[in-house]
Amino acid sequence: MPSLKDVKTKITGVKKTSQITKAMNMVASAKLRGAQQRIEDFRPYAEKFQFAMGNMAGSVDPAQYPLMAVREAKKVELVIVSSDRGLCGSFNAHIFKLADKEIARFESEGKEVSIVCVGKKAAAYFRKSGKVRIKYADLMGSFQMFNAREIAQDVAANFLAGESDQVEMIYSRFVSVAMQKPTVATLLPISPEAHVGETAEAAVSQDYIYEPSAEEIMDVLLPLYMNVTVYRSMLEVSASEHAARMTAMDNATNACGDIVHNLTLVYNKARQSGITAELMDIVGGAEALKG
Amino acid sequence: MAETIHLEVVTPKGAVISDDVDIVTAPGYGGEFGVLANHAAMLSTIKIGVMTYRKAEQERRIMVSGGFCEVSNNQITFLVESAEVGEKIDVDRAMRAKERAEKRLAAAATQKEKINQTRAEAALHRALARLRVAGRSE
Repeated sequence: MPSLKDVKTKITGVKKTSQITKAMNMVASAKLRGAQQRIEDFRPYAEKFQFAMGNMAGSVDPAQYPLMAVREAKKVELVIVSSDRGLCGSFNAHIFKLADKEIARFESEGKEVSIVCVGKKAAAYFRKSGKVRIKYADLMGSFQMFNAREIAQDVAANFLAGESDQVEMIYSRFVSVAMQKPTVATLLPISPEAHVGETAEAAVSQDYIYEPSAEEIMDVLLPLYMNVTVYRSMLEVSASEHAARMTAMDNATNACGDIVHNLTLVYNKARQSGITAELMDIVGGAEALKG
Repeated sequence: MAETIHLEVVTPKGAVISDDVDIVTAPGYGGEFGVLANHAAMLSTIKIGVMTYRKAEQERRIMVSGGFCEVSNNQITFLVESAEVGEKIDVDRAMRAKERAEKRLAAAATQKEKINQTRAEAALHRALARLRVAGRSE
């Protein structure tokens, strides 16, 4: 039987922890509201963009644009987007599980895999794998387009230099507060049809009037399309992260309540047995005096 | 009733307009262009400026900044960095931005700072377009 003081210290400790988890839950839900708003505002733009690109891709020759050129994939690059912070349940673990699966799949096909980590947690997880080419940390908190642009440009330069033949992006799609779905999407070579999936309308190929020329437009649009795709994945991850943390912290707060309840029972039992023992002492002493 | 074309203006901060309209006029790469119903498929870059559309004899103006527009299947979609309708424009802010940009341009001309000059020019264009939409330009 633990001593009264030990149990009491433990109860106080657990209560303090639950205060922290409760606060984190509330902070996460406040941040989620902002992040959710951002991704929901951005999605129509990204989807329209994909749709427009899907239409155009049908009417241009992919071989003409290096970013669209399909090469035999010998080197695959994975862009893994995770959160910067922990304490969000199994959120990052799910992303890494999918990433590990993809790595194993590509390697079994005899392809070389390199990794670009976005977010601290991915960098920490893949640090020892020896595959990390470059890592970006501490940018999930700020919703800045230029962060995405930097990543997109770097990945594109690597692709154009022939250091990678295919680029896949692994991130967590924000479906709802209760559901985040780890997803793989092809970033390069750009083949918009692959992305259209969500928008039901099928891409139609037709002859476009280009203003200015098709080449000039594509030179601007293809990099922009990459920015938008990377940026979207970052927004998705950040909304997912806050949702996951909110749920995790809510569970933690509930668990703390359960522990406090159980510990209180233990405490009361210990106190009662102490009183009983004292009473026995007194009764025993009185009996002895009588004798 | 004349035929209409479906207009959509979408920015990274959400959809601004989704409506069936009679005609759209926009600042394209090679100058202003107008789009009526059943226009041929087209793709054009969009410059900072004023886009107007007409619906049932009513004309509305919108400030758009850089991006592109796609016309297909009797639908015109603008994908631009920002778009603001007249009522929502802060005239004072645009005025201040205009003055600031003009000052910067004057300063940049003497110092020959290329980057600041392009940025100031873009800012000036945006401010002027906003003022035009708000109907307060000279």
